[in-house]
Amino acid sequence: MLMIAISLYVTSVQAAEVSPGLGQSIDSEEVSSVDISIDPRGENLPAGSGTAVSGATVYADKCAACHGTDANGGDGLADSLVGGIGTLATEKPVKTVISYWPYATTLFDYTRRAMPLDAPMTLTDEEVYAVSAYLLFLGGVIEETHELNAQSLREVQMPNRDGFQSVWPDM
Amino acid sequence: MEPGSANRIEHAAGNGLLNRRAFVQKSIVWLSATAAGSSMAATTGDSAPDWMKTPGAPFRGYGQPSPYTESAQRKHLQPYGEMAPGSGASVTPLQDLHGVITPNGLHFERSHNGVPAIDPEEHELIVHGMVGQALKFSYNDLLRYPTVTRTCFIECSGNGLFNSNLVSQPMQLPVGHLHGVMSTAEWTGVPLSILLDEAGMVTNAKWLLAEGADAAGMSRSIPVSKAMDDTMIALFQNGEPIRPEQGYPMRLLLPGFEGNTHVKWLRRIKVTDAPTYTKDETSKYSDLLPDGTANLFSLKMGVKSAITRPALPYKMAGKGFYEVSGLAWSGHGSVTRVEVSADTGRSWSDAELSAPILPMSPVRFRVPWHWDGSPSVLMSRAHDDQGNIQMPRSEWSAKYAVGHLYHNNSIQAWGIATDGEISNVWS
Ligand code: HEC
Repeated sequence: MLMIAISLYVTSVQAAEVSPGLGQSIDSEEVSSVDISIDPRGENLPAGSGTAVSGATVYADKCAACHGTDANGGDGLADSLVGGIGTLATEKPVKTVISYWPYATTLFDYTRRAMPLDAPMTLTDEEVYAVSAYLLFLGGVIEETHELNAQSLREVQMPNRDGFQSVWPDM
Repeated sequence: MEPGSANRIEHAAGNGLLNRRAFVQKSIVWLSATAAGSSMAATTGDSAPDWMKTPGAPFRGYGQPSPYTESAQRKHLQPYGEMAPGSGASVTPLQDLHGVITPNGLHFERSHNGVPAIDPEEHELIVHGMVGQALKFSYNDLLRYPTVTRTCFIECSGNGLFNSNLVSQPMQLPVGHLHGVMSTAEWTGVPLSILLDEAGMVTNAKWLLAEGADAAGMSRSIPVSKAMDDTMIALFQNGEPIRPEQGYPMRLLLPGFEGNTHVKWLRRIKVTDAPTYTKDETSKYSDLLPDGTANLFSLKMGVKSAITRPALPYKMAGKGFYEVSGLAWSGHGSVTRVEVSADTGRSWSDAELSAPILPMSPVRFRVPWHWDGSPSVLMSRAHDDQGNIQMPRSEWSAKYAVGHLYHNNSIQAWGIATDGEISNVWS
């Protein structure tokens, strides 16, 4: 009994030594208000849905000025977002969302947090689903009427899904 | 001894590379000559410079460089121009810096949508995910935590892009453009392991998602093993609060890892069991191979060195003695050896390394050289204590796809022409 008391004491002294313990507990509601990252399992995808049909309008209004009307880049434009399938092993690899990215969840995550570049975090979740669907449709990955939502987005098979290997040893 | 004469000094390798103690021997001779000369010189008010005859400027709150050194500036690279002025980089002017540490105002910048102006009173760091209790910390809270200090480099994995597979011929650019998205500082901050322990990270946690509070919401996955080993939440850079462009009020520091993972303006850490596969670890900082597949999570920066003097944008000032000097570093450990060649790699001489030699921290290397005015090619090759050796550019290039630009740690060469012009050459 005494032994246990002593060892407990030692542990708590050590803990007190390495940390002033000032972290404030937060509840799951506060966590979900800032937790915007979405991994390939898509468990963190929000409610809502969209198709390429409505996504075309979002794209024309909020993306085309920088990424081009057809989303395939060009002079003075930001990254081309579609095209390039089958080019990765050639003398002229073209890396786009469609030809290169392994997961569609990344497209949703990145668009929602960072685009449009001049007004990030202003799209509604519906708009993010819709514009993601539009780009995947333009790239030939899904049909124009295919609805993207929390379930169907994570099921999208990207063309280059198996094109990567991790070189970090401890996966 | 005649200036510029190397006759009596031992040669260490071909085309004029001298034994690294040559400078010391020579300077002793020179110093005693100066001392003898100065005892004979007369100093009067008439011959004194103006600044000795009027009182100098008084004190100031924050020191500034001499106006005569204003040419040492970061140069900006904005690949998207005015469409996205905050996406790009500015490079450390290595051609104007000596020693190892980068002054805070010249540390390279890399941002994807500008530098946020964060009020530390309104900034919080949240730790959540696979933890016993999600926590948030204010900036002032973190200032009360135990801290550690270490000197290390941060290098963007795009450093070296102007000699990468993105370009078809060597670009004639200052050494700062070629190697200057690498800078070094003494960083002070809170070990991340303390915060993860406090939140009660669960044992099967494997990765973290780190996220910045900038307009790009920069996010990267980081292995828990690194987080618990030597990762810090950096609050101070060379003793002062870190600069806005380096992540004020707080950033991650992962010694030896590629720059993009040192998430700036850090606001959130989510403990996970797998990587999140963010845009910047899939679309961008991944390495396309000739077979069309790509490497993910090539996190450690390779062993590398670069000669910063003589180097572009400068020219040789005539034949004679030069100190060939540069920086060598490795994300795998400590630099053990740097060799320098003045004859296109036919022969090599070991350079003197500046102490202290620390893991994941650059060393300054130096070797004396007598340039006889003939066309020459200078190269440096670094080794680290994990057995890595810097490889020739051609070998590096063949490993990756056309257009690939990340992790170019290959040997770089400076051609010296008879007229003293310096050029970046592929040998
Ligand atoms: C003001 C110009 C601008 C607008 C408007 C804009 N983008 Fe972008 N976009 C950029 C720039 C610049 C980048 C590269 C950002 C960086 O440096 O990381 C980018 C990157 C991207 C990427 C990543 C590309 C890749 O291959 O890594 C995606 C996806 C994207 N944008 C989607 C969109 C969508 C969808 C919209 C509309 C909702 C949009 N963008 C609106 C400028 C813009």
